[in-house]
Parts: sequence; structure tokens; C-alpha cells
Amino acid sequence: MIEIQQLSKKYKDAESFSVSNLDLSIAEGEIFGLLGPNGAGKTTLISMLCSLIKPTSGNFLIDGLTYKKSKNQLKKIIGIVPQEYALYNSLTATENLIYFGSMYDIKGKLLKEQIALALKNLGLEKFANKKIGTFSGGMKRRVNLIASILHQPKVLFLDEPTVGVDVQSKNVIIEHLKELNRKGTTIIYTSHHLNEAEHFCTRVGIIDHGSIISLGKPKELIQGFAEANNLEDVFITLTGKALRDHA
Amino acid sequence: MHKLWASTYKEILLLIRDFGGLVILFVMPLVLIITITLIQDSTFKTVNDTKIPILIVDQDKGVISETILSDLKASESFEIILEKDEADAKELVFKGDYQLAIVIPENLSIDLTKKIDQNVEGILAKFGIEEEEVKQVQELTKKEVMLFFDPATQQAFKTSVKNGIDKMISKIETAAVYKAFQQQLTDDASEVIFETDSFISFKEIMPVKNDKELVPNSVQHNVPAWTLFAIFFIIVPLSINIVKEKSQGTFVRLRTNPVSYATVLGGKTIVYLTVCLLQFVFMLLIGVYLFPELGLPRLDIANRLPMLLLVTVFSGLAAIGLGLLLGTVAKTQEQSAPFGATFVVILAAMGGVWVPVFAMPKVMQALSNLSPMNWGLNAYYDVFLRNVTFVEIVPEISLLLLFFISTTLIAIVYNEKKNAV
Repeated sequence: MIEIQQLSKKYKDAESFSVSNLDLSIAEGEIFGLLGPNGAGKTTLISMLCSLIKPTSGNFLIDGLTYKKSKNQLKKIIGIVPQEYALYNSLTATENLIYFGSMYDIKGKLLKEQIALALKNLGLEKFANKKIGTFSGGMKRRVNLIASILHQPKVLFLDEPTVGVDVQSKNVIIEHLKELNRKGTTIIYTSHHLNEAEHFCTRVGIIDHGSIISLGKPKELIQGFAEANNLEDVFITLTGKALRDHA
Repeated sequence: MHKLWASTYKEILLLIRDFGGLVILFVMPLVLIITITLIQDSTFKTVNDTKIPILIVDQDKGVISETILSDLKASESFEIILEKDEADAKELVFKGDYQLAIVIPENLSIDLTKKIDQNVEGILAKFGIEEEEVKQVQELTKKEVMLFFDPATQQAFKTSVKNGIDKMISKIETAAVYKAFQQQLTDDASEVIFETDSFISFKEIMPVKNDKELVPNSVQHNVPAWTLFAIFFIIVPLSINIVKEKSQGTFVRLRTNPVSYATVLGGKTIVYLTVCLLQFVFMLLIGVYLFPELGLPRLDIANRLPMLLLVTVFSGLAAIGLGLLLGTVAKTQEQSAPFGATFVVILAAMGGVWVPVFAMPKVMQALSNLSPMNWGLNAYYDVFLRNVTFVEIVPEISLLLLFFISTTLIAIVYNEKKNAV
């Protein structure tokens, strides 16, 4: 589904590459976890795949489409759940979703039905006509997710979709993502919640300094390190304990 | 089309949900236009209710000072306060308590009469008309009417007062000359030798529409100028709207959606253009219905409405284009809001909203041609005051349209370049 070839990104004035000659294949129907410390290159990689930033070099294909030739087509088959809430606070949940759904040319009854169903599935039907500004962080995260899946994307990118939400909201989001995946959506997900990733992802890639340093199914990775009991142990072994603060 | 409509509907919702912003958008321009028109109305009124208090130090106590005093009173522009001491008057004016003091020197009337009598006698003697021997010419010191102005007084007011006093004195001198000749040439005071009424008079010819003179007034001048100013202020909320989208993340989402930046801007353009038109309609209603209640002249829009709306549409588009560009380029609200507000003031100044373009230095006159507010203002004046046809405003509205197209295109290209993928 996704083929990444020698993809690199160096920001203007940066000393080093944020993503460096990265090769990666993600198959259709996978839930792929992209894990790494702060500044490792996760968001940069996802931003390139979502056509938000331009790669310095290399290429990638999503469902056979390349950003260079088929940017608009590509946008129609992918969905992005950004780190920010990316919603209008003074609009209601339904108004936000009607607007973002319309951007995919979904209209009329179909759009309204899809919105109602998604709100119900994510436990928000009672708040459909409430303004986003009155929502808790967890509720906003759920609406943020719905806004990205109304057009039923083939590939869904999620940049830390459960950060700052309560356990209940997190469970609802993860369950819904699993349901989407069962229906055929390929999911690429970044998170700092390694326990969540261990149970949610079918395969993970640990990225550091712009390169994938480990790749495989969570259980295989854990088994690959004798002293590792979980994915977090693997992660610490591979990336070290030093702080990764960056500005 | 569906995406454009959705964008437009979203912008409408965002606007009407921001009640404070809505009030600012619609009420502030009305407050501005009422305030400015009330203040500037006195400039246009021939009979002014507001009198400026001025000090007069009358050391002359003669015919001339009486004439100056009566003329000043007759002008109904000044409240005359007599002050005995010149130094006190000077101090009061320089402290800013009064804007003006006029000091009429001692013996002005007597000396002027003497001077004129001497001149007249001299002239008549040359013609051999003077029977008696010409008296010994007495040396008279030149007299000065002194004017003290508050240093904060504007130059325009100073010039106007100086011209007024100068005219009064010339009139008195001329009358005195005529009187001296009259006395020398006849003993009969009732005999009219000279026609002393002015031979040359002025008549201002106004544009005429339907046999009716179009007399400009403060309202006809101020409504277009300040309406345009208010319309251009739309660049502030519009640019903030765009910057806000960038900072709250919705713009990032839109960039990943299959929608063009032009469509996103199109929705904003439609909504903010509607706002401009509504602002204009409200201002017209104020001019037509509220101004007469405030003692101001009624705004005359008879047969002008379609052309006025046309000028407003194009002026609004020019303002919106600028707002779209500013919002696209600015990274924060702290950049867009102060820059937008200041830039509008600069464009207004360059465009002739405050000082007429003809009164500007040559460089500024040339620069004013670059201000879209100048094009808009000329188009409004053409319609409001010059009674022109549609063809005559085509150059101005074409420039406004071109400005909108250019700024919007620059915004789109800038956005594409900046976010090039």
C-alpha cells in the first residue's frame, strides 16, 4: 500500500537530516506504529506522506499514486488525524464535520448519515450540536478523528491520536480504529504510548535520527532482546535513556 | 461549487458566532462616520452654531476697531471677549486658553484717516483741484494689527483668520479713501460721487442634475471618505481570520484535503464582501435618516444607488484582496492586526481621505495614485459630487478590480510556494 524509497528531509538552516534515506514498505491492512523519541523524525515522515511538506529527496507511492503527479488524487484516498485538534471552536461538532466532509465532495443526506453514525460510534451523538469550544480534550480528539475518516480513506495517518485524553476516550478511539482497520483501512500511527502501540499495532518501526533502526511485529522485537519484557524495554535499549529535548 | 458554498457557509457561521467581532465590524464604522461628520460639519456650514472665543485688545477705540469688532460679530464664528492688557491677552493665548488674540493698536483710526487725507490732498493738488495750500506732510508711523495664535492652532485656521482680518482692513482702508475724496470734492454729504459697492463679485457654479444644483456638504464629502476607510478596515478581521486558521490547525487539515487555496479564499471573499456591502448600506441609512435628526444635512443618494453599490463592490474587493494577502503572509495575529490597521491609515492618508490630494506635496500626489483608497475615493466623489455616468468610473473600478486580482493571486502563489510539495 505504501512504498517509501530513499526518502530524506533536511529543513532549511538545520544541521542534519530529520529523515535520512528512509526505505519502508507498509502492506494493505496493516496497523503500522511509527515509534521514536522526540525529534526522531516521526512527524516529519508523516507530514511528507500527507503532502504537507516537500521531501528533500527520494520518493514514495501510496496505492500506486505519487505526490509529484497525483497530489489531488492522493489527498482523496488518505486521511490525517493531526496532533492539533484542527477544529473550529465556535462551530458545533456537526457543523465542523459537515464542513470537512464537504471538502471531500460528500454532500446531502449521505454526509449527514455518515456524521450521525460516526458520532454515535464514538459516543458523541448527544453532543452533536454543541460547540467544540465546550468539549473536553477527549471529546475533541474523537471529533478530530471523525473529521479525518468521513471520506473512508484507504490509508489513515494518526499523529499521536490519544495524547492527553482519558482512558475511556482512548479505549473508544483505539476500538474504533481497529474497526476501521477490519474494514480495510491501512493505519499508520505515531505515539509515545508504547504499551498502547504494543497491543494495537500489527507491526512497528522504531525511528531515531531520521532512520528506521528496528522493524517488525511487536512480539518479535521483544523476543529479539533477551532482557526486554515489553516494547518499552526494546525502545529504551535501542534509543538510550538520554533526554531528547529539542527546540 | 459545493466546496465553495461549504467554505462560505462556514465563514458565515464563524462570523455570526463572534458577536464582539460582529459589533466591531458594523457598529464601529457607524460611530466613526457619525463622529467625523459631526466634527467636520462646521467646516461646511455657512452659519455655525459653535463660536470660537477670541480676545480683542482694543487700544484704538476708533472707527476701525468698531468696524473690526462688528464684522467679527457679524461673522457669527467668534465669541468676542474684550481684554484690556496686551500682555495678559498674549499670555492667555500662549497658554492655550484661547486660540487667538487680536491687538488693535492705539490711534489706528486717527492715523489712518490722517494718512489717507494726506494722500488724497496730495493727489487732488496734482490735478489742481485742491484749492487751499497743501498742508505740511506729517510723518506717521506704520501701524500693525497684531495677531497672537495658540501655538497648537492649525495652520489652516491661522491662514483663514489672517485672510479674513486682511480683507476687513482693506475694506476699511478703501472706504476711508472714498470718504476722503467725497469730503474733498463736495460739501454736500448726501451727494453720491462714488458707487462704493463692490463691482466684482463671486459666483460658485455647481454641477446641476435635473435642474437642481448639487451643493456639496459635509455629509456628501464625509460619507464616501469614511465609508471607504471603514471598508478597508476589513483587512484587519480578515487577516486575523486567516492567521487564526493557521494557528489553530484547521489550515493544516485543509491543506491535506482535496480543496484548493483559491476555494478557501473564495468563501472568505464572498462573506467579507457581503459584510462590506452591509456596512455601506448601514452607512447610507445613517446618512439618509439619522444625520438630519442630528442637525446634519441629509445624504443625497437620489438615482445614485446602483453606481454607489458598484463602487462599493469593487472597493470591497480591493480591501479583501489586501486582507487575503496579509493573512497569508503574516504568521501571527500580532503581525497582522497592527500592520493591517496601520497600513489602512497610511493608505487613507495617501488616498486623500484626510488631506485632499491636490494639497499634498508633488511626491505624495504621485504616490497617492498608487493607493486603492484614492481610486475608490475618486469613484465615490465622481458619483456623489460630480454626477458622472458609469463610463466615467470604469477606470477607477477597473483599477480596484485589478488590485483585488493581483493581491489574491500573489496570496495564492505565495501559499503554494511556501507549502510547495
